[in-house]
Amino acid sequence: MAINQTTTNQTTTTDHHPALAHHFDSMEQQQGASTFGMWVFLLTEIMMFGGLFTAYLVYRIKYYDAFVAGSTSISVSWGFTNTLVLIASSFTMAMSVWAAQQGRRKTQVRLLIATMILGVIFLGVKAKEYYDKFDECHIPGHVIGKGFNSWGGCDVNNPKLGNIAEEIQEKAKQAGATVPEVSAVQTAKQTEIFFSFYFAMTGLHAFHMIIGVGLLAWLTVRANRGEFGPAYYTPIELGGLYWHFVDIVWIYLFPLLYLISRHKHVA
Amino acid sequence: MSTATTIAKPVMPAKHYLNDNYGIRSWLLTKDHKRIAILYLVSITFFFFLGGLFAALIRLELLTPQGDLFQSDTYNKLFSMHGINMVFFFLVPSIPATIGNFVLPLMVGAKDLAFPKINLLSWYIYMAGAFFSLATMVSGGVDTGWTFYTPLSSGYLRTHVALMAVGIIMAGFSSIFTGLNFIVTVHRMRAPGLTWGRLPLFVWSNYATSLIMVLATPVLAITLTLLALERVFHIGVFDPKYGGDPVLFQHMFWFYSHPAVYIMILPGMGVISELITCFSRKRVFGYSFVAFSSIAIAVFGFLVWAHHMFVAGISQYSAMIFSLLSMAVAIPSAVKVFNWTATMYKGSITLMTPMLYALGFIGLFTIGGLTGIMLAALGLDVHVHDTYFVIAHFHYVMVGGMVTAYMGGLHFWWPKITGRMYPEAPAKLAALITFIGFNLTFFPQFILGYLGMPRRYHSYPEEFQVLNVLSSAGASVLAIGFILPLIYFLWSLRYGEIAGDNPWGATGLEWQTTSPPPTHNFHEVPVVTEEPYAYGEETVISGH
Amino acid sequence: MQFKLPLFPEQASTVAGQVDAFYLFLVLVTTFFSLLIALLILFFIIRYRRRPGQEAEQIHGSTLLEIVWTVIPLGISMVIFVWGAVLYYHIENPPKNALEIYGVGKQWMWKFQHPGGQREINTLHVPSGRPVKVTLISQDVIHDFFVPAFRVKTDVLPNRYVYSWFTPTAPGSYHLFCSQYCGTKHSAMIGEVVVLKPDDYAAWLASGKAEGSLSSMGENLFQGVGRVTCHRADSGARGPNLLGLYGRPVRLSDNRVVIADDNYIRESILNPNAKIVAGFQPIMPTFQGVVSEEGLIQITEYLKHLSAQESEPLNNRSTPTELRDNEVPTIQQELQQRNQPAPTPGKQP
Repeated sequence: MAINQTTTNQTTTTDHHPALAHHFDSMEQQQGASTFGMWVFLLTEIMMFGGLFTAYLVYRIKYYDAFVAGSTSISVSWGFTNTLVLIASSFTMAMSVWAAQQGRRKTQVRLLIATMILGVIFLGVKAKEYYDKFDECHIPGHVIGKGFNSWGGCDVNNPKLGNIAEEIQEKAKQAGATVPEVSAVQTAKQTEIFFSFYFAMTGLHAFHMIIGVGLLAWLTVRANRGEFGPAYYTPIELGGLYWHFVDIVWIYLFPLLYLISRHKHVA
Repeated sequence: MSTATTIAKPVMPAKHYLNDNYGIRSWLLTKDHKRIAILYLVSITFFFFLGGLFAALIRLELLTPQGDLFQSDTYNKLFSMHGINMVFFFLVPSIPATIGNFVLPLMVGAKDLAFPKINLLSWYIYMAGAFFSLATMVSGGVDTGWTFYTPLSSGYLRTHVALMAVGIIMAGFSSIFTGLNFIVTVHRMRAPGLTWGRLPLFVWSNYATSLIMVLATPVLAITLTLLALERVFHIGVFDPKYGGDPVLFQHMFWFYSHPAVYIMILPGMGVISELITCFSRKRVFGYSFVAFSSIAIAVFGFLVWAHHMFVAGISQYSAMIFSLLSMAVAIPSAVKVFNWTATMYKGSITLMTPMLYALGFIGLFTIGGLTGIMLAALGLDVHVHDTYFVIAHFHYVMVGGMVTAYMGGLHFWWPKITGRMYPEAPAKLAALITFIGFNLTFFPQFILGYLGMPRRYHSYPEEFQVLNVLSSAGASVLAIGFILPLIYFLWSLRYGEIAGDNPWGATGLEWQTTSPPPTHNFHEVPVVTEEPYAYGEETVISGH
Repeated sequence: MQFKLPLFPEQASTVAGQVDAFYLFLVLVTTFFSLLIALLILFFIIRYRRRPGQEAEQIHGSTLLEIVWTVIPLGISMVIFVWGAVLYYHIENPPKNALEIYGVGKQWMWKFQHPGGQREINTLHVPSGRPVKVTLISQDVIHDFFVPAFRVKTDVLPNRYVYSWFTPTAPGSYHLFCSQYCGTKHSAMIGEVVVLKPDDYAAWLASGKAEGSLSSMGENLFQGVGRVTCHRADSGARGPNLLGLYGRPVRLSDNRVVIADDNYIRESILNPNAKIVAGFQPIMPTFQGVVSEEGLIQITEYLKHLSAQESEPLNNRSTPTELRDNEVPTIQQELQQRNQPAPTPGKQP
């Protein structure tokens, strides 16, 4: 290919923004490339969660009753609280990006801190939910010395605690039907697979949240130093994209795990 | 930078990326894509020879029908580690992480990839994965086969499966970051005047490869994670004892691993496009068709995974759909082969070593690809699935295709990377030895497979011995064919002839800068005004 | 070392010749195109080698050629697909009158059971000249049942029956390989299929020690685990009548209709909750761990026997396919009044 020998090397002649990396020609190119890169990364994350969701859906169809029982035994109120918390945190995040674009340093920092606090609240609620599951022994695979039993509950000393077979029979009675114990116990045993997916999915999500909170902390430090303004707010924008993505994953997780078929009639 | 005449003797540039900075830190903390490419080159060469060592041991065992050289468990570990090392630690990164990393930014006229630090990070992640793999090997290795089928791998084997899975997941993330980098670079960092329609086909191929890397590899990550969790916590995802479905594992595994084979072959095809055009002094025949066929292969490649599962227990109707789609995915590859051949028509051909490898590729890939069609045909697959026929098929495309292209590319861009030429006569000899050794090793395996010798057998009925002996004999020749380049490439670093900017007289932006290039790639930013492979104006090759 | 250099395995089944013919066609196509490309390349590198004064002609391309060499391979591959699919359909679908044999694969051996109760380990005797259907399951990991001489193969899965069928033609002894990697002694999981002429096969059957036919063993097992108390032929039975069940459609409580095949029966014994027959309660306990794979095979064979005996289902309320919709509420009420849930190991850990 023929080349023109014109010198178009811009970086040596004029002052450039201190955040411009040497291999980029302009801030626009850097910003465009960085944002595009983040979108591609989020695409890979979608594929990863997607694989997990697909496996979950396959088993949901295979063990329908067990998964309904499992969904019923986790707390919708806490899940809904978490949903609200995350949506609020996405709002504060978006606002902090706006504040950065406006060059409002203090506002950016406050909003970033608010987002972090909401993120930590989310993780706290999740920890509480996990603790409840631990208490009721709805933890698959005989972890930590507590066994997941055939009636989906805990040890012999307190058989009512977290007893899924009983829950199934209760729910059926309320709907005006009977579920024989044999059947309920069998279904309860199968909910172990549901809980495996519950922990895998929410665990992977929580792992991403923790990383997100860490990223936000770093961004807060940089924002406080006044690094972001109308000319350069790319890192906050990328952080925002990541945070929104983690939020959207939860928006899928919540109905898939907590909400589906809670009101299924037991025939 | 001279552009003509045989008169001027080439000299090394005073300052280039290799001597710009000295010291271990300048290499281990480099952000220069060219140095990172060298780091990768050293690492994957190590894994290539390690995997090759396991292959040698396998072929040694298979000289006799009895399993007398190794114990069964040891043999099972040998073929598993051969497959895992070759696939995940050599083939998947090979061309993209070495040649791609080095040459792609040069080809698009950029100073570096879009995210140099992420590039370095990807090498470190690869090394972390490699560390886990080596740790697993040292503590006994795994004997799951590279395919890790459950419930064998999730509940019946006592080797360090979870540890190995972690290593593979890390290598996977390394490739995701490489792919991400390439995609953004190609979209955002092309030089002025370099439209998509003027991109070298090597860039198109690596772009398509990157799309697959980015979309398919995460599914492998989650599949292996679930497998590891299943092993440790006995959950019931894939193990029927606990209510799981082993066929689901196969679906999830092959959803990545089939596109993975296109990750492996597409960059090789890109290299071939560059070699055929340069050594025929011709623009490629049907540029748009070759470019879009790469994208077509990437897209179709996602739709055919269950052709690895025809006898695994899937429904007959699924099998038919996947067989049909698998026929479709072969067509773009056929189009490429025809276009390359047509490129040579009325060309002006020289048979330098890279061209020898390119021609070898076309022949061997054609055979490999067509035997793939044979496997996609349901009625035949029932008989030859999981036999040596499959092994022969994929070695034809992987070694006869991919590794051949890799060798061709290494020879072609060696002067650009090091500033020196490799010695041509030993190189041609090595190419010939490799070709002969390869065919002698793997052609008998087609016959063995049809006869019914299953895969992963370390003892076999006596009537299979003659073909096995032929195959092992070929393997020893093939080994020589691969060891020779190691020797003369290293030799050339010190004693090779100085290459000059463009020893081949090739088109392409990478040849418009010095050999080796300066750290920031170009002294002046190039502007592109011509079509790719504009060999219309003759450029005399200096000194060759 | 044997100096045999065979190229094809023996043809020992009706389908082997068809597979070989297909293979030959494919080899021809592959050889043709490979040779075509190789010869073209060879020709070009000689004819168009670099010569001083001669320049390459910069040909852009030809859309017509691209279409031609896209359409022709597409056409050929469609032929290959159709031929392969038809052959596959034939390989996968056994005729109705096949002799049924059962096989269980486990690390690292094959166990076969003939309907007359004869058992074999690693060897399978079959008669020539009639279709044989082998129903297979694994006790542990995935294995594979592969007989090269017959050109048949199927992965053998745990928890699910699969089958393979063939009509042997030539008496002789042929390799049986496990071709799905299954652990340490995978290469040693080799058996042989011995094809006998029908008279010889009958003689062989008679000579073996059998504990009774498979189906009578199944009947004993069925009664032994007390299932007769539930699955009775009268209207008050807790479980569906199994007479005439095998192979027939069954309506389930969620209105789906499934066929009562081998897998249905196996699932109903091990995981009864998965499919409840319409009009019945989910009260059947699971027999996981109580009945072995061989036992399950025996029970299945017994049920097949029941179907074969009675060509028509009894006109009986508890026959699943015969329930009339308006009778269902009455039956449900009766059952509720009579049924106490069976005592179960629920409360103890």
